[in-house]
Amino acid sequence: MLNIENLRVNYGGIEAVKGISFSVPKGEIVTLIGANGAGKSTTLRTIAGLVRPRSGTIRFEESDITGLSPDRIVEQGITLVPEGRRVFPDLTVLENLKIGAYLRRDKLDEDIRWVYDLFPRLKERSWQAAGTLSGGEQQMLAVGRALMSRPKLMMMDEPSLGLAPLIVKGIFEIIREINRQGVTILLIEQNANMALHTAHTAHVLETGRLTLSGSGKELLRDEEVRRAYLG
Amino acid sequence: MEFFLSILLSGISVGGQYALIAVGYTMVYGILRLINFAHGDVFMVAGLMMVYLSAWLPLYLSVPVVLLLTVALGFIIERVAYKPLRASPRMSVMISAIGVSYLLQNLALYITGGLPQMYPRLPLLSDSVTIGGATTRVVTLVTPFLVLLLVLALTQLIHHTKIGMAMRAVARDFETSQLMGIRINSVISVTFIIGSFLAGVGSMLYFSNYATVIPVSGSMPGLKAFVAAVFGGIGSVPGAVIGAFLIGICETLIKGSDYTVFSDAFTFALLILILAVKPTGLFGERTAQKV
Repeated sequence: MLNIENLRVNYGGIEAVKGISFSVPKGEIVTLIGANGAGKSTTLRTIAGLVRPRSGTIRFEESDITGLSPDRIVEQGITLVPEGRRVFPDLTVLENLKIGAYLRRDKLDEDIRWVYDLFPRLKERSWQAAGTLSGGEQQMLAVGRALMSRPKLMMMDEPSLGLAPLIVKGIFEIIREINRQGVTILLIEQNANMALHTAHTAHVLETGRLTLSGSGKELLRDEEVRRAYLG
Repeated sequence: MEFFLSILLSGISVGGQYALIAVGYTMVYGILRLINFAHGDVFMVAGLMMVYLSAWLPLYLSVPVVLLLTVALGFIIERVAYKPLRASPRMSVMISAIGVSYLLQNLALYITGGLPQMYPRLPLLSDSVTIGGATTRVVTLVTPFLVLLLVLALTQLIHHTKIGMAMRAVARDFETSQLMGIRINSVISVTFIIGSFLAGVGSMLYFSNYATVIPVSGSMPGLKAFVAAVFGGIGSVPGAVIGAFLIGICETLIKGSDYTVFSDAFTFALLILILAVKPTGLFGERTAQKV
């Protein structure tokens, strides 16, 4: 579904991504794990169109989407749940969901109901300003907002960041549920344990290069991965 | 009493004219974090365009054409002078804004030859009217209502339309707005279009009262509208409107008293006071937020 070839990206004056290639098959959960500064976020931001790559190609469903603007990427059916959730604090919960569907011109009622079914907590807080939600609720809202664009591929940047373990568990259950409902997922995480248990396929990213790939379960058993990322 | 009433009326009217300019400052600041120093000059150019266009177009045509051209001017300024600097430090954009301000003033100086240009009499608006014993112009009475109407329409737009929602989102977070599929540049253009339109309306009301336009006609009202925006909390539309009415009324009251010469000093003393005591103004944005 998503094919990345030889992607190189400069970011903040350094080469953050040094020629990586991987693909995300339709219907899977794929994860990139790695330490802080390994280039995970830059990779997602490049796919989302926020950063232009120096070289390499990004193909999505047979079309070349390299270097397209973020709104064109959203139109293609790719969405990014950004790191730190980044909900719009002054907008209400409902407005946050509506803005997630900004490019759509059809009725949203059904999708809003779908998101509220996934996250009943959000329904209770529909009219509240998003800034008043707890961290976990904001993460639910960020995911719900992303779903409102009816994505084929949902990318998630550190969804577990700063959340309590119990809430993280809930978030990952939802990720699996969304995936079962047909959304392909590309996930990056520092919480390697959670990510590897959830993902079908996993790649390890180290200072801008892919060093290891395999199924989530294989990587969980890998000595090197255990030592470096699972403690 | 009649004297007081007429001063109060004129104060409210002046305040309304400042409000229309102040909204443009505050909206642009809200989205770009830029003090658009050229805004007062756009207001002046709108006045000049009216002077020249009304000479060969009937009024019912020159009014909409002037508004259209003012909007186009605001749009073009943003595209040419601010958009290319989107990724530059804020200081660069501000200097660019100062440059545009001088450019417009000097173009006006070149075209007018520095001579004050008579503003056309707008029928009805320029007529005299007497209420409660106080004589004033119709424009004085019309201004506050027109301003309230426009501001109400604007707040409806900001809070109940899709583009309004996008404006609020972009004002908060450029990058996440882009991830929603919002085209930042279109939203910014819309903001400049609205601000220039209001400045255009403001210039018609203002110059109907003052009768002549000179190249620096935009500077003082622009500065005062800016103070009003800061007073109300820059970034806040209701704040700017309240600030503008307050400054307009106080200023006119002082002008009507024995201390006439201090009316401008009052406004700027107010600016210093706010910046010293409460820099965020009446309704300034809270910077603290949950992460």
